[in-house]
Amino acid sequence: MKVLVAVKRVVDYNVKVRVKADGSDVDIANVKMSMNPFDEIAVEEAVRLKEAGKAGEIVVVSMGPKQCEETLRTALAMGADRAVHVETDAVLEPLAVAKLLKAVAEEEQAQLIVLGKQAIDDDCNQTGQMLAALMNIGQGTFASKVDLADGSVNVTREIDGGLETVSLKLPAVVTTDLRLNEPRYVKLPNIMAAKKKPLAKKAPADFGVDITPRLTTLKVAEPAKRSAGIKVASAAELVAKLKNEAKVL
Amino acid sequence: MSYQVPLKEIRFVMNELADLPAVCTLPGYEDCNVELVDAITEEAAKFAEGVLAPINWAGDKGNKWENYTVTTAEGFKEAYQQFQESGWVGLRAPAEFGGQGLPALVAMATEEMWCASNLSFSLAPLLTLGAIEALNHHASEELKAVYLPKMCEGVWTGTMNLTEPQAGSDLAQIRSKAVPHPSGDGSYLVTGQKIFITWGEHDMAENIIHLVLARLPDAPAGVKGISLFVVPKYLVNADGSLGARNDARCVSIEHKLGIHGSPTAVMSFGDEGGAVGYLVGEANKGLGYMFTMMNHARLGVGVEGMAISDRAYQKAVEYARDRVQSRELGSSDPNGVAIIRHPDVRRMLMTMRSQIEAQRALSYYTATALDRAATHPNPEEKARNQALVNFLIPIVKGWNTEQANEITSLGVQVHGGMGFIEETGAAQYYRDARITAIYEGTTGIQALDLIGRKTFSENGATARAVLAEVQAVADKLADLGEAFAQTRRNLEAGIQAAGECVEFILAKFGNEPRLPAAGAVPFLKLMGILLGGWQMGRAALIAQAKLAEDGADAEFLSAKLVTARFYGEHLLPQIAGLAPAILQGAESVMALDEALF
Repeated sequence: MKVLVAVKRVVDYNVKVRVKADGSDVDIANVKMSMNPFDEIAVEEAVRLKEAGKAGEIVVVSMGPKQCEETLRTALAMGADRAVHVETDAVLEPLAVAKLLKAVAEEEQAQLIVLGKQAIDDDCNQTGQMLAALMNIGQGTFASKVDLADGSVNVTREIDGGLETVSLKLPAVVTTDLRLNEPRYVKLPNIMAAKKKPLAKKAPADFGVDITPRLTTLKVAEPAKRSAGIKVASAAELVAKLKNEAKVL
Repeated sequence: MSYQVPLKEIRFVMNELADLPAVCTLPGYEDCNVELVDAITEEAAKFAEGVLAPINWAGDKGNKWENYTVTTAEGFKEAYQQFQESGWVGLRAPAEFGGQGLPALVAMATEEMWCASNLSFSLAPLLTLGAIEALNHHASEELKAVYLPKMCEGVWTGTMNLTEPQAGSDLAQIRSKAVPHPSGDGSYLVTGQKIFITWGEHDMAENIIHLVLARLPDAPAGVKGISLFVVPKYLVNADGSLGARNDARCVSIEHKLGIHGSPTAVMSFGDEGGAVGYLVGEANKGLGYMFTMMNHARLGVGVEGMAISDRAYQKAVEYARDRVQSRELGSSDPNGVAIIRHPDVRRMLMTMRSQIEAQRALSYYTATALDRAATHPNPEEKARNQALVNFLIPIVKGWNTEQANEITSLGVQVHGGMGFIEETGAAQYYRDARITAIYEGTTGIQALDLIGRKTFSENGATARAVLAEVQAVADKLADLGEAFAQTRRNLEAGIQAAGECVEFILAKFGNEPRLPAAGAVPFLKLMGILLGGWQMGRAALIAQAKLAEDGADAEFLSAKLVTARFYGEHLLPQIAGLAPAILQGAESVMALDEALF
């Protein structure tokens, strides 16, 4: 059974992102980039499924500029078998990514498609859902447990009220949440071996997908700084202020 | 914030100053390339930050010795298992025995990370690698086949058993004995006591492979009668499985000033008749064998000094940003500011930072020379690089570690009173750094090596060649204009002073060796400061050129320029204080009658 894992190259979670002077976007020139942490969990889950003998080949796919190769090599070092790089310098919105993923998934005949629940750069949380809809297959989002059976998968989801388990017929889309697993530290021999694993290059046009952005960014700004608070003399004054000034009571 | 690997800086130094792309073209390293090394350093950084740094503090609580066994500090055993399974032990180890055979330059980057994140821990794999190297170069194929695969894999660790109570810097005094095994199977029985055996006993690995210096019955006295033996903790059966416990025991561990996480064993061999050992190479050549790997080990300790300094620096910066105290000088605002705004705190941080960057550059540069000396196809280049390595290593070892004492002390100082409190953590780096200027040859031993074997014996050839290279950089600094005018003057004055000191050593060491020896450590420091300035000058020139490129990392490159300039204006002038002491101060060193001390 083939597993397809999608990974995104994003600004490293340790980086404090700054807005460009002209307010057009965030400035990511010369900042550290890494694999989206949720996608790391997705790769890890696929590798564990393979190690448990439940999954066969793991294909990892990324979309974006040339440097996405590094992200794909990391996934290969973690245990993926081969990589597909859909190379483009264009801005990709979730819908375009979902359409491209659909094309790749169909070409690969993947039975299970695993991706992070969201990317930590735009926090969209849309791609997995869009992909499932476009492919007209089941989705198990925010997974904290994935149980693969013959022809189906049970996904335990993190929802507001607690946990919910859904049973999906394969093929299916699973998006990963933080508690699903803890990604491994990559082994040195696997880093060395990863550079010899196959990495196929594709372009969006190869799949006939229109990736034109549907959104226009008007302005990017830093969140407003929190202003200083005030001290209240008594609980009564606090209640009064909450009632009359903040109007939250 | 805990320790963060300065990946950008490490990559700049590797790629720009230590010429990683050229190292990757050397025979045997063709599979290596910048992208691969980026991936390696990235993952190593994650491991250092995520696994090793968090247990550094627990390591400071020390190990427990009981009934000849050592229980390591909390978390160490698990971390070592993870380290071993991740394959990091074999990074530089020979490929034929399961290692990755990567260049010394790449190993330098990962070693810096291990040392900075957890100095005590880092010594276990470092010593294993040293033992691997000694065996790989000198042991028989049979011995290699038995020991190297497991050691390269890190399943077994290695140690160096050199020192005895009466034989420290002077190994000619070694008394441990080895006699042919009565069974006539070609092995030996080793007896004697060894002290200061780092990671001599622990619970992190299945077996510990001791390399032991001892004398055979008919051995000549002095250094020419010392042989090297492999003495495993557990004997190894013919099928590779572990056999009987050998007669080699850890009878106690030392109570030390620092590196508490690393057990320092007193080893007793042969309390029950003799520990089974196997001769490495030829009889009576053991000390020479040890010295072939000494270069690497000394470079490694130099990196330890630089790395622990960086850890102390990061901690100091964090505190200086956070601690609010006193209004800003010259400001009318009565509110306190973070102490990083105060000029003296800034001076301390810059003094730390600029020296660490200079040391990193010089250390990595030396690693590249080591790679070239090992594998360069052109015999002349090979020999030139070997001479360069020989000359630079006592400087890197001595200077990095002497300064580590100062830099980690400044790290405490930035914290003020809190630095003196153990819970703050700054004190641990200060204590841990102290050993680096002592083991693998004290600074005094390094300095003597520098003026004797590395300067006088080769008639100053490499010293002069290096000074000529520094001069070439000083000339080019003119391109950087007024901002670097003072740095350039200071560098040129340094070259002049260093040249006079070299001539003084050449003139005196033959007939009156005590005169240059009295100033040997100041000379080592002088060379360290000067060569650090050379590397910072190179870095500044490259940074300036790269700033003009499209998409340049202006923040990083500008910081490099400022740091280089600070080094030129604050560190290089120290040379002017050292040279007169070397040239004119030798007599007063020895003038006081011994009885009056």
